[in-house]
Amino acid sequence: MEQILKRIKEKIEIEPVTKQKSDLYFITVAKEHIELILSYLKDYEGFTHLAFLQAVDYLEDNKFQLTYMLYNYNIKVNLGIKVFINREKSEMTSIHKLWSHAWQYQRELHELFGIDFPDSPRVHESFVLEGWEEIPPMRRDFDTLEYSERTYYKRPGRSTNDPQKYMKEKLYKNYVEAPKIRRDND
Amino acid sequence: MEKKDINEIEKKMKLANEGLPEKERILFSDVRPSTVGPLNKHLEQFVNWVRARSLWLLAFGTGCGAMELRPLMTSRFDMSRFGIAPRPTPRQASVFVIGGYASIKTIKRIVRSYEQMQGPKFVLALGSCTINGGMYYDSYNTINRLDYYIPVDVYIAGCMPRPEALIAGFNRLKEKIQAGECDGMNKYVENFDWYKKNQKQIIKDWNMPDYNW
Repeated sequence: MEQILKRIKEKIEIEPVTKQKSDLYFITVAKEHIELILSYLKDYEGFTHLAFLQAVDYLEDNKFQLTYMLYNYNIKVNLGIKVFINREKSEMTSIHKLWSHAWQYQRELHELFGIDFPDSPRVHESFVLEGWEEIPPMRRDFDTLEYSERTYYKRPGRSTNDPQKYMKEKLYKNYVEAPKIRRDND
Repeated sequence: MEKKDINEIEKKMKLANEGLPEKERILFSDVRPSTVGPLNKHLEQFVNWVRARSLWLLAFGTGCGAMELRPLMTSRFDMSRFGIAPRPTPRQASVFVIGGYASIKTIKRIVRSYEQMQGPKFVLALGSCTINGGMYYDSYNTINRLDYYIPVDVYIAGCMPRPEALIAGFNRLKEKIQAGECDGMNKYVENFDWYKKNQKQIIKDWNMPDYNW
C-alpha cells in the first residue's frame, strides 16, 4: 500500500494521507483531480469496487466533504478519497461512467444534500422524499425538530428522562462519585 | 331549489380528484364513500362473532415492526391458531397491521391500501412510533400520530413489542370486534374531509384519486 501511495504522490497532490487501520487509508485530493485519480486507481492499482459515496456537511467551513470509498480485492485494503467542494454552489463531476451504480448514490446526495451532479442519469428524480419543498434535509442548517413540530401532529404528554440522572435516582441512591485522580501534568 | 343549485350541490358531493391529470380523471370513480349501518341486532352479534374469528391480515410490512410478523406467522407463535391468516392483497384482507414508523412515502401507500380494503376493516397500530412518533418524533420524514391519517382500533405500545404483545393486541381486537366497537371504517367515512385534509397536508405530490375504490 505504501508503494501505491508513493506512486500516486508522484502524480498528484494527495496530502494529508491518514492511516486509520492497517487496511483503511484516507487521502484528500482536489476537486479537479477526482476523475483522474479514480480512473487511475481503478485501472492500474486494482481498486475495482466502489463501496460507497457519501457526503459530510461542514457548515462552519462552508464546505461539503465527499468521500469515495474504494476497495482492493487483491491486497484487501479500503481507500477513502476525500474531496472538499463549495457548499453554496455545490456541484461535482459525475462518476457514473466509471462505476455505473454510482448514479444511485449521486441521486441520493442530490436529494438529501442538494449536491448537483450534471449529466448523471435520473439525478433529479425523487429518491425517498416525494414532493419535498424545503431545503435538503441532511444539510445541517435544516432544523428537523422544528419542521416536525410544524408539519406533524404532536401527542401531548410526552416526557423524557436523562438516562444517567434517572438511573442514579432510581437505582443508585447512595452513589458517591469517585474521587478525582490527580495527575502530575495537571 | 333551482336546478343550478342542485347541480352545484351534486358537484360538491363528488370528489374532485385534482391530483390526477385531466385526461385520466374519467378513468377513476369520483363517488364519495358511504357509511354502512349495522344489521339487525342478533344477526349483527353473530356476524361480529364470526368476524372476530377470521381475521385476515394484509401482508404489507410498513416499517421495522413488520419484522415481528414473521415469528408470529411461523411455527413458534403460530397465529393461525387464532384464525389469523396473511393475505397478499388489500382486497382480501380485513386487518391492517401498521408496523412501527410510517414515512411520508409509506403513508401514501398505507392510505391507498387501507382504502382498497373491503369493509369491515380494522387497523392495528404496532409500536410507539404510531402513537407519538417514538424515537423518530423529531424526524423530518416520519409521522407522529397515525390516527390523524387513518382510524386506528388498537395500539400496541413498545419498541419493539414482542410477538406475545402482538397476540395480546389481536385478542383485544377480537374482544372489541365482538362487542361491536370497531367502527373505524364508518369513522373514516364520516370524517372523510378531515382525514383527507391531514393526508394532503403531508403528501405533497398527491397523484392518485381522492378515494381509491
